Amino acid sequence: MHAFQLIAAGTPGAGTTFIAGGTDLLQLMKNNVIAPDQVVDLAGAHLRGITATSIELRLGALETMADVAAHPEVRRGWPAISQALLLSASPQIRNMGTMGGNLLQRTRCVYFRDTAFACNKRHPGSGCPAIAGENREHAILGASDSCIATHPSDFPVALMAMGAGVAITAAGGGTRVVPLADFYRLPGDTPEIETILQPGDVITQIVVPASEAAKRSVYMKVRDRSSFAYALASAAVAIEIRDNRILHAGIALGGVAPMPWRAAKAEQALIGATADAAAFEHAGRLATEGARAAGMNAYKIALAQRAVTRALMEAAHPTAETGVL
Amino acid sequence: MSEQTNTIGHAIDRVDGRLKVMGHAKYAAEFANTDVVHAVLVQSTIAAGTILAIDALVARSMPGVIDVITAENAEKLHKAPEIQQAISFPLLQSNEVLFNGQHIAIVVADSLQQAQEAAATVVVRYRPQDAVTSMEGRDGDQRKPSKKLNGKFEIDSATGDFSSAFEAAPVKISATYKTPVEHHNPMEPHATIAAWSGDKLKVWTATQGISGTQQTLAGFFGLAENDVTVICPFVGGGFGSKGNTWTPVTLAAMAARHVKRRVKLEITREQMFFSNGYRPQTRQALKLAADRDGKLLALRHDGVIATAMPGAGEFAEPVALISRMLYACPNISTSHRLIDINQSLPTYMRGPGEASGSFALESGMDELAVALDMDPVALRMRNLIDSDASEGKPFASKPLAECYTKAAEAFGWSRRTPAPRSMKNGRMLVGMGMATTSYPTNRMKASAEVAMLQDGTVIVRCGTQDLGTGTYTTMAQVAAAELGVSPDRVRVELGDSRLPKAPVSGGSMTTASVLPAVQEAATAVREALFDMALKAKGDQWHNLDRTALTLDNGAVVGPNSQLGITDLLAQASLPSLSRKVEATPSDEADTFSRHAFGAQFAEVHVDPDFGTVRVKRWVGAFDVGRVINAKTARSQLIGGIVFGIGMALMEETRTDRASGRFANANIADYLIPVSADIPDINTIFVETGDPITTRLGVKGIGELPTVGAAAAIANAVYHATGKRIRDLPIRLDKVMA
Repeated sequence: MHAFQLIAAGTPGAGTTFIAGGTDLLQLMKNNVIAPDQVVDLAGAHLRGITATSIELRLGALETMADVAAHPEVRRGWPAISQALLLSASPQIRNMGTMGGNLLQRTRCVYFRDTAFACNKRHPGSGCPAIAGENREHAILGASDSCIATHPSDFPVALMAMGAGVAITAAGGGTRVVPLADFYRLPGDTPEIETILQPGDVITQIVVPASEAAKRSVYMKVRDRSSFAYALASAAVAIEIRDNRILHAGIALGGVAPMPWRAAKAEQALIGATADAAAFEHAGRLATEGARAAGMNAYKIALAQRAVTRALMEAAHPTAETGVL
Repeated sequence: MSEQTNTIGHAIDRVDGRLKVMGHAKYAAEFANTDVVHAVLVQSTIAAGTILAIDALVARSMPGVIDVITAENAEKLHKAPEIQQAISFPLLQSNEVLFNGQHIAIVVADSLQQAQEAAATVVVRYRPQDAVTSMEGRDGDQRKPSKKLNGKFEIDSATGDFSSAFEAAPVKISATYKTPVEHHNPMEPHATIAAWSGDKLKVWTATQGISGTQQTLAGFFGLAENDVTVICPFVGGGFGSKGNTWTPVTLAAMAARHVKRRVKLEITREQMFFSNGYRPQTRQALKLAADRDGKLLALRHDGVIATAMPGAGEFAEPVALISRMLYACPNISTSHRLIDINQSLPTYMRGPGEASGSFALESGMDELAVALDMDPVALRMRNLIDSDASEGKPFASKPLAECYTKAAEAFGWSRRTPAPRSMKNGRMLVGMGMATTSYPTNRMKASAEVAMLQDGTVIVRCGTQDLGTGTYTTMAQVAAAELGVSPDRVRVELGDSRLPKAPVSGGSMTTASVLPAVQEAATAVREALFDMALKAKGDQWHNLDRTALTLDNGAVVGPNSQLGITDLLAQASLPSLSRKVEATPSDEADTFSRHAFGAQFAEVHVDPDFGTVRVKRWVGAFDVGRVINAKTARSQLIGGIVFGIGMALMEETRTDRASGRFANANIADYLIPVSADIPDINTIFVETGDPITTRLGVKGIGELPTVGAAAAIANAVYHATGKRIRDLPIRLDKVMA
């Protein structure tokens, strides 16, 4: 039976997991982090396609990271998407990893990934050893007393800065489009719930509006080695500048929060401002407002601020190295 | 000898290269894949305490499960043999838990998947105790190592009077350096297949030492050595992690005897962090003093090193040995102290002692150069010494000055402006740093057999190992050169305990130990062939000086005529002619201090906002003695430098303080360099030969290029930023702060 017949028949229950590229799911299963009752392969579902118009970009949920990153229209109209994807993982993984799957990549928190440890996300109520433990990679924004894990993906950070939406088909049919900002849920007391997806829901498409700002978007990623490493902090910015005035700004942070983190206050501060270093540094500081360090991750506050500032500088004055680190 | 047959020193391809790239080289886990059942290890999730009960009821009832072995039903082993390679904990001999991740049960099933699934259902009840999970705050528990360092060096040393000299000196530095736990992470994880036939045991296992494995297993199971056969034709990297016979090898053999089946036990990548040692954490206090011209007056190096709880064994990383011999200094004091913690046993890892010790010493020398306002190369040149004061012996050879000069010139050191933050490339801060490297030239006795067949094929047999470094190739080259054949006519057999005995492939000593045996055996074959030829030629070669004979292309060649080996052996009705030799280091060698040396130069770019450090250029000049194969030698040097770049910038196994468990036990979270982290590496051979250690003149170079690499980078980071990072790895959070 094809995935959508299963969905239409209403069979997928809470124990059902969908598999697309499998780059994360198989690791999680092998390490006993998850043990789904049923794995439904989406390969037969018609969820491919990259369409770019003057209004929007539509990415099929099963498009691979590699194909989207290399697509000329994506590179022209939404460069931060291409940059974020190329700065992710390795070529082999980008050939397998999909758009929908990348939105749902689980955290790299080492406590979540090793079943010998307690973890509120894996076993609700068991505790969070990261809060007083090895938390150099953990969240400074949006965390709670039950979980300080970060979302590891780069691509949705770029999407967040461009106001993207996620098209979801529910079990039994019916499609809705949800703004990405409303797609993720902060951990609060229920870190096991990471998105608004209900059992049987499938991401079918990602919709990104076209804009002058998106054309001038930049993804800046800071990590411990030159490739194949998760962001310690990253920033996606999309700004429109006319006569050295900022007309529009989208800013999101990665690697610092349980979800791609939109820095709304920093965006607002930039609107109407002169596009200069002072404004960009100010925006950087605002981007981490409310940040709280758990211990070893205190450096991330300054790092995230500087990543935002640098990304804005590069968006305003692109260089040959923009998007490369 | 023709150019074609004497390839010593040439960059010839690996003789096993084709096998490897075609996937035909068989590694331990790839043998005996039929009629084999699978074992999976269950590990503790506490660091200290007692196992009260292991509930394996569910596991035992699952499909395909043959048995679950715990301390309750495991066979009682004999006492471990008194050799360093024998690791005797944890072997299911008690209910005691001494570290988190300890092997506490073996699940055996028909398929790997069945065993894995069953292992996940095993429930363990413990009575936990307080665990020591860090060296921090434990200085009151410092103790002396129970044995000499590396089996032969004093734990502490003192020459002259450090305190008075340091007190009186005009220029001095004092600093503490830290190195973290690091794991070897070879590409091939550990794997063992064990098969019993009556009271005879055969194992295929990934090991750097088949003879140590044979002795260890014979000891534990109460067998004669010859009743244990160990097979390991290829090793996918070891770096020290396969030097000992770690407990999964013994557990595989236990499981095989227990279920009366052939058992395969493969360690997962995650389990590699708990099963086969690691480089231990160290804290090193260093004091250096010099006169205003940079002449060293006093040196003190005190190492505090983490080790396991005594019940799990002891390993003392000898960090300060390098400080005893590297520079001329009249007043040197060193010490080593251990702190026992609830972690698995640490072990040798590429450049054990020297790699971590040189980070302290060579960072300290850089700090001293800054304090003296002196060039770091000049400071080292000022303190050259041609004898080893710690041993009171001359060095067998030491072209260190040449290493500094050649590397500095190739690197363009003279372009360096000494002030920190004075060099830039666009936004990036540019830093240039250097350090000295040194590693002992070790050699142990080894045996080899060389046979010449009638068809001119040469067979070399030696119970050594090829870790991927090129041992097959260099053995073929040496035999080929002696016997006048091209290396592709030589068939090398190694990695089988039934072959003539050779030592563990550790301490960078395989080339210096094994090649002399191959060379001597081949020489003996040649001389025997000459004897036969002289006899066969009768009057024609009567009274001929045998030095007028050569072996070339399958014939004994004399003046005016030659005699084919095929005929020679056929006439004597010999299918082959072979000689076996045990080659031992000379007594004269003991009257010298034997080390290899080198100079490492690194250029880094540091992002001033983010603190990211990327290595952009590398030049290393190395005292390699004599190169046997320029290709595999260069690969060794490059690999060792890459290893050092990882050590400097990213490698660190972190411990969860609350549980004592290694937290980032996988290679997504334990970072090693990727190709993009590695710049062009220029390696320079300084080939002055070592006439003392071997007739071939070789020195071991497996570990030499890792030593000093971390300090060269730390010194470059200081030059780039003005920040002195004394705590490895040098990650951006330390640099940007």
